[in-house]
Amino acid sequence: MATGSDARLPVKAESKALSFYYGALHALKGISLVIPERHTTALIGPSGCGKTTYLRCLNRMHDLYAGNRYEGEVFLYPDGVNIVAPSVDPIEIRMRVGMVFQKPNPFPKSIYENVAYGLRIRQPVRRTELDEAVERALRDAALWTEVKDRLHEPAWALSGGQQQRLCIARALATGPELLLFDEPTSALDPTATARIEELVTDLKQRVTIVIVTHNMQQAARISDFTAFMYEGKLVEFDRTEIIYTNPSNKLTEAYVTGRFG
Amino acid sequence: MQRHVDEEFAELKTQILRMGGLVEGQVQRAIRALVERDADLASQVIERDALVNSLDVEIDERCIRLLALQAPAASDLRFVTTAMKISTELERMSDLAENISERAIELNEEPQLKPYIDIPRMANWTMTMVRECLDAFVRADSKLARKVLSDDDFVDNLTHQLFRELLSFMIENPATISRAIRLTFIGKYIERIADHATNIAELVVYMVEGKIVRHIDPSALLDKSL
Repeated sequence: MATGSDARLPVKAESKALSFYYGALHALKGISLVIPERHTTALIGPSGCGKTTYLRCLNRMHDLYAGNRYEGEVFLYPDGVNIVAPSVDPIEIRMRVGMVFQKPNPFPKSIYENVAYGLRIRQPVRRTELDEAVERALRDAALWTEVKDRLHEPAWALSGGQQQRLCIARALATGPELLLFDEPTSALDPTATARIEELVTDLKQRVTIVIVTHNMQQAARISDFTAFMYEGKLVEFDRTEIIYTNPSNKLTEAYVTGRFG
Repeated sequence: MQRHVDEEFAELKTQILRMGGLVEGQVQRAIRALVERDADLASQVIERDALVNSLDVEIDERCIRLLALQAPAASDLRFVTTAMKISTELERMSDLAENISERAIELNEEPQLKPYIDIPRMANWTMTMVRECLDAFVRADSKLARKVLSDDDFVDNLTHQLFRELLSFMIENPATISRAIRLTFIGKYIERIADHATNIAELVVYMVEGKIVRHIDPSALLDKSL
């Protein structure tokens, strides 16, 4: 486990004995995991290990479907709110915890409107403030220079990689503290993937990032910490360089060397 | 596209250069310690070897980390694997400078056998080779690297000349044997430093051209088809 100076890193989120059930299916089994602030934590593991299930607990995405049940706690700091408590409003959580999905999914609106939408629904915003916020989000997503002269064109006219960066801009617009990426580059070509990876490496200076990826090399390239999961359990969590050069657990070693999964 | 990994490559290059600079200093000081019969300077060289060793370990760890996490390809891969090997060659050079210093301290116990002419000549030539092979690495200059490979003959010839001269001293007067043998060792150490410089030069050729030129006759290397 990460020790020494890592133990003194500020924590953004922490799950304590988190379990999750899809109806009768026990998908997550008592996961206790620390997410260090303003670092990138990758969740890796074979298909069905629970990494996406875990990710979706962090912003209450599972609430969208009936029959799902959380057990245990997930704390978001600095205030320590328990994300999965029934009394906590999931909408409030999702303003603080953003998500980017595998397949780029911009709204069927203009580029500008995609980014402005989340800001507008919360409260009335003056036009100049909105323009500034949209530009800031698009710059942070490394998309501004490509779209600044066509902000009112439809988002679907952008390439796949650009659409994904637009989705990142959309997520960044509300100033989230935690940004979740669910296999963000699986649907993209290598060049677009490389640009997104560079972007994620830049973003972690401002926002804490958790990324689920089945691409081990991607996790190696861009994450600071890696959590290896298997059959709903957390097997090992450590600095990425340790996981990929000298993991403690034999199962972790078997996975990262490609002997299974 | 500017990549974050490029910063890591630049840091690795800086560390190699730092280590190279340290090692050049070690060799220079060891020769000065011999020629000026300065035991304190010789002791400094011996102590400083630990610093070079720790840099070798650090560079190794950096390279392993880069290989594990970034899976570099093509010229990036050749750069990282070359850097790992260069640090080993530099570490051996520093060990040899330490050996020179140890012999220099021992030689101080007796009067100087003869004016030192060939040893400083060999040392200067060798130090130029060390400087040039590191320049070749920094500038990714395989032409300079190939030139360093052909410079090795001069040092080898001087080593033989030195040995023949010291042999005649020993035959004529057995009282000179312990000094002459130590000086022979020093000549051998300098010759080995030059060999390590040619190893670095061969690695630079591989890094730049992707061709492995180790274990090929140097005169043949001027033919660039090899």
